[in-house]
Amino acid sequence: MKRTTIDLWVGVFVTAGLAAILVLALKVGNASNVSTSEAYHVIAEFENIGGLKVRAPVKSAGVVVGRVEEIQFDNDKFLARVSLRVSKSYRFPTDTTAAILTAGLLGEQYVGLEGGGDTELIKDGGRLKITQSAIVLEKLIGQLVQAFMGNKASEASNGGKPPAGK
Amino acid sequence: MLTGEPLAKLSGVRFGYDSRVILQDVSMVVPRGKLVAIMGSSGSGKTTILRLLGGQVRPQTGTVTVEGAQVERMSYRELFALRRRMGMLFQFGALFTDMSVFDNVAFPLREHTELPESMVRDLVLMKLQAVGLRGAATMQPSELSGGMARRVALARAIALDPMLILYDEPFTGLDPISVGVIGNLIRSLNDALGATSIVVTHDVEVSFRIVDFVYLLSAGRIIAQGTPDEIRASTDPYVQQFVRGEVDGPVPFHFPAVDYAADVGLGGRA
Amino acid sequence: MIAALLHGLRLIGARVVSGIWKLGVASRFSWLVISRSGPSFRRFQLTLDQIYFAGTLSLIIIVVSGLFVGLVLGLQGYETLKRYGSAEALGTLVALALVRELGPVVAALLFASRAGSAITARVGIMKSTEQLSAMEMMAVDPFARVLSPVFWGGAFSMPLLAAIFSAMGVFGGYLIGVVLIGVDSGAFWSQMQANVDLREDIGNGLIKSAVFGVAITLIALFEGYDAPPTAEGVSYAVTRTVVTSALSVLALDFVLTSFMFSGV
Repeated sequence: MKRTTIDLWVGVFVTAGLAAILVLALKVGNASNVSTSEAYHVIAEFENIGGLKVRAPVKSAGVVVGRVEEIQFDNDKFLARVSLRVSKSYRFPTDTTAAILTAGLLGEQYVGLEGGGDTELIKDGGRLKITQSAIVLEKLIGQLVQAFMGNKASEASNGGKPPAGK
Repeated sequence: MLTGEPLAKLSGVRFGYDSRVILQDVSMVVPRGKLVAIMGSSGSGKTTILRLLGGQVRPQTGTVTVEGAQVERMSYRELFALRRRMGMLFQFGALFTDMSVFDNVAFPLREHTELPESMVRDLVLMKLQAVGLRGAATMQPSELSGGMARRVALARAIALDPMLILYDEPFTGLDPISVGVIGNLIRSLNDALGATSIVVTHDVEVSFRIVDFVYLLSAGRIIAQGTPDEIRASTDPYVQQFVRGEVDGPVPFHFPAVDYAADVGLGGRA
Repeated sequence: MIAALLHGLRLIGARVVSGIWKLGVASRFSWLVISRSGPSFRRFQLTLDQIYFAGTLSLIIIVVSGLFVGLVLGLQGYETLKRYGSAEALGTLVALALVRELGPVVAALLFASRAGSAITARVGIMKSTEQLSAMEMMAVDPFARVLSPVFWGGAFSMPLLAAIFSAMGVFGGYLIGVVLIGVDSGAFWSQMQANVDLREDIGNGLIKSAVFGVAITLIALFEGYDAPPTAEGVSYAVTRTVVTSALSVLALDFVLTSFMFSGV
């Protein structure tokens, strides 16, 4: 008598727990994403990958089409070799461009793919020819500062008063 | 002297924790079929003798023998086989608080036998009937009075028809009626089951009425043994004090202390 | 002076030695509990009863706390994210915080105070009323019959409770963020799904909670078994269970986190 009610409650608890795991997996973690489905690999080389990480999303037109699978350094070319895992259900032409972009101002970096006009599709293990490196904030600021200083220097040489020794 | 084939025997047993000696050189014999009391004041090492017989502790020197086999040399498995043939009634019953009275008594049967549930039920009701509590089968241990709990524990101890029943202070904390009931049960169950029983107690009145033989223990030694009548007739001052319950005697009323007058500050001024 | 110093040193030494001694006893105890778990599986009803005690009875506190933690995370997260104009990341924030850390850790702390203390009290009382001793004298191994099923019941319940906590928390974050404040529902879920990884985040969170469950139930069992057989002893043991498990959970969390989420 008492046993059956306990069994029932244990059943309720276990069901709730498994349902929670399922919700976490499907609704929160999106288990149905590309990492489990069939996929092919594409290689892209970048001069600078910035803060790109393994497992970062690969997006095209804002849609997640794959994940970054591996990042290596090419000793001969001094370039970053990034291996992308793209879902079989998405196809891209051979002249697709890859760029490292940032989600929002301070967001995570991801690889953006933009399809070209070629009729031939890229195959497993294929290489993306046109790539655009990450924007490195330090470089950008460096350039800005340089430009600004250059302006100032030219201003000074053009008759602007140099700061008098105070 | 006690006659008959010995079922349990202690010879030259010494036991203690660290530097504290509990038993020193204890030898005793419990013949088959007899009801024997081990008596003594609190802390005299009575309960330790039961633990030695059950193999829960091992003697430092000497041997403990049950049915001719040395308990202290037994492996875990042999010890468990021996314990299946022993029943023990703990001081306050030690009923499993999360089970009903019925399940408590059924516990040893369910753990050690493959009997069908209907037979377990019959056996449990039989044991409960023997202690007069068949009507309380569905109650929880928390609903029982002290005496009833002790009787249920007794039914549980005899569930497997043991050859040796050990009682640890079965009369402690009970009203006089319950003491009488438990006392009679101990005697009648011993005879009805053909078992051998050892009662550890300091209750002189009831135990002298029911037991065959008494070992009197003090400070870890046996200081007197005999039938209840022999013990009563003893002239030993300690035995006299114990049996009559006198306040002062060989066991002093006062714990050793410095002189009272000195302690309260009167000594120096006198 | 020197004598007092020596006395102090001796006291510290004795403390350390007795601490290490206790750890050794606890390890041997844990080994006994785990090595005698045969009946916990052969007679699964025993474990099932303990899942009821550890899991089902903790369900309400876990559900309610999870919901509230999620509601608070939603509110606080929204206020902070709004300043950076990324309120859509609320889903990610709530889900990651819960699945990686708050779910396993807070659920474990609640489990320690709800189920851990109950286990210690129950085992402590069973020992002080000689129920375990009685079982031994009935030739039934209390480790196999009582302690081991408690261990498995607790260790099994903990990950489920943590998952329920996290799921309730995400739901709470959704209630505040989407229903109340009006963050876009699609952005809330899609950002969450894009950034929460099944293996790295959810899987590791579950592993964490399983480790916590094992640690808490072992601590609770040991404290109960090791308690002096008095009412006072048992009550101190219950307190020690809660304190020791809480500290162990936090320390283990640090160790596990540095293993799991370090590097790339």
